[in-house]
Amino acid sequence: MNTFFQVTSAISVNNIVKSFKDVNAVKGISMEVAEGEFVALLGPNGAGKTTLVEMIEGLQVPDSGEILIMGKSWKIHRPELQRLLGISLQETRFIDKLNIVETLRLFASFFNTPEARIAEILDLVDLESKAKSYVVNLSGGQRQRLALGLALLHNPRILLLDEPTTGLDPAARREIWNILMRLKQEKHTSMILTTHYMEEAEYLCDRIIILNQGNILAQGTLKELVQKNGQGEIIELGFTQPFDHEKLNGHFGITHITPARDGSSLKLGVKSVVESMPLLLDYFATNKVSLAHLGSRQLTLDDLFIAMTGRRLHEDFN
Amino acid sequence: MKQFTQLTLIQFKEFYREPAALFWSFLFPILMAWGLGIAFSGQKDTVRNIAVISGHAIQPTALTTLIETRTKLITTHDGASHKHMLVVKNNKLGTTTFNFFSTSWDSAIVLLKRGSISLILDDRKAEPAFHFDPANAEAQLIYLNLKALFSNQSIIEESASIQPLTIKGTRYIDFLVPGLMAMGIMSSCLWGISYSLIEKRSKKLLRRMVATPLKKSYFLAAQFVSRLALTLTETTVLILFAYFYFGMRVQGSIPALVAVLISGNLVFIGIAILISSRTSKTEVGNGLINAVTMPMLVLSGIFFSYYNFPEWTIPIIRLMPLTMFTDSIRSIFTEGAGFYETGPAIGIMTGLGLVSFFIGQRIYKWI
Repeated sequence: MNTFFQVTSAISVNNIVKSFKDVNAVKGISMEVAEGEFVALLGPNGAGKTTLVEMIEGLQVPDSGEILIMGKSWKIHRPELQRLLGISLQETRFIDKLNIVETLRLFASFFNTPEARIAEILDLVDLESKAKSYVVNLSGGQRQRLALGLALLHNPRILLLDEPTTGLDPAARREIWNILMRLKQEKHTSMILTTHYMEEAEYLCDRIIILNQGNILAQGTLKELVQKNGQGEIIELGFTQPFDHEKLNGHFGITHITPARDGSSLKLGVKSVVESMPLLLDYFATNKVSLAHLGSRQLTLDDLFIAMTGRRLHEDFN
Repeated sequence: MKQFTQLTLIQFKEFYREPAALFWSFLFPILMAWGLGIAFSGQKDTVRNIAVISGHAIQPTALTTLIETRTKLITTHDGASHKHMLVVKNNKLGTTTFNFFSTSWDSAIVLLKRGSISLILDDRKAEPAFHFDPANAEAQLIYLNLKALFSNQSIIEESASIQPLTIKGTRYIDFLVPGLMAMGIMSSCLWGISYSLIEKRSKKLLRRMVATPLKKSYFLAAQFVSRLALTLTETTVLILFAYFYFGMRVQGSIPALVAVLISGNLVFIGIAILISSRTSKTEVGNGLINAVTMPMLVLSGIFFSYYNFPEWTIPIIRLMPLTMFTDSIRSIFTEGAGFYETGPAIGIMTGLGLVSFFIGQRIYKWI
């Protein structure tokens, strides 16, 4: 975080609440996004990410609380705010039988952007070669880049992207990341991005806000989050025979133990792998416990999330 | 203005890039007019199939007498069953062929259920018995024909007293084409607008568009203008076809016809906006559109006059927008009507269209 850019808030959300018929989607969230800052909203499905973002986008009205964008509110400054924000909604599908240029031209007409901008966008999102292809024939990655291109048409100061890379393969995801990083460096754009990929949040964003069940669970830089909530590092073990993990509790610098459901492997939280590992290996050798696999790594957001909520961020994530 | 132009333009592009849409809007009405126009006009050969239950009676029966007296009667044997064929020629009514199939009672009933025959002749006694559904007009006609034949009258071959009507405007095609026009416009508006708007909502495209400075009124106006242009083209194509192929003429006022067409578009575009105002499920949209169009397609006298329905239903049927629309177009085409006759319908359709549009727009779910 660069303190210089915190002088003005691009987005300021103050204690907003939103309920639907039987769900309290957002339960009093407050957050700030500084100018030029990239913030990730991380959380599992149903955490309230989309509702929060759509309220900031002016598509939904909060039951209570206040949202200011560049000091302006949706009630009074709707037309200005529509020009300030570039948005990409979750899973928007465009008109099948329009090609990319026509789709861009349609949205350009809403903003009264000059025709020349369309070529710039095609270049920016790397879709020149597909310019005349019908939307229906595009790949997932190309569609998401088109959605991003549409969000960028009018040179918005703030980007709000709802799961821009969900369902994309790693290469396609990486292409989107590169475009966003370029925007950050060249245009000093602010951004809120929702995702359930922690590596996306880590790579792109200055700050991470973890949402769960309509509340902010934790926020900060990745480093801050790990320091605040984490136990340092992880050792993962697999056994050839059943092993009673209670024997390890409280020894060898282990702070917590997460056994796998089938009991065949363990995840150990340790203060330092360098200190704990030799002690553990010694113990296994003397007690003739044979290991199927052994590994160590840094703590990730997913570990934090499981530690905080007992749930995984992303159901597919293993 | 740029917004409006683009929004209108994409409507046309969406339309002409969908080959199915082109087929249903342009070719289908022409094929219908052509097919039905041919089927119900001009001299044609009629085939009437009759199932005969014959016994082994010794005394002559109606049919055996007929076989003996008629030289034109051809008897053919086809495996187990055999049929007698009687060809009756009439220079004004066309040729009618009566096929008498000898069969058992049970298989005759099966044929009746399948619709292959509509009358069973029981020829086992001197006095033949006729079995048919009295409500079936074709069966009644066959019954009368056979009665005449058996009593050796030659009514069905006499034609001096028959004066065929060929005055333009009295043929079936003259009745049909205005109905097809009205039906085409209704389908085009309801399916073209409602379905595509509901689909745009379900795709979250509406939501994405209203997050921009898009003017909603332009968006809806573009729907209206593009649809009007499309249906007027469709209608013109159908009129031209009927003009050149069937020699159909507009006998009434052309400006009144244009006004009727515009007000018909208005009423159905209004209803289309209303139908599509809330739901984001295309399945629900399908159901709604069918619920609105099906009763009118059946009742509004597109293919046959609604005076066939019970008398008490007529005032209700005449209140339906499609009935009003069809009757107005028909009166201009065939009765030489103008603004005076169609004025009330134009007013009601325009009013209903605007009210539906207004309500739809008020409750419209953009997000």
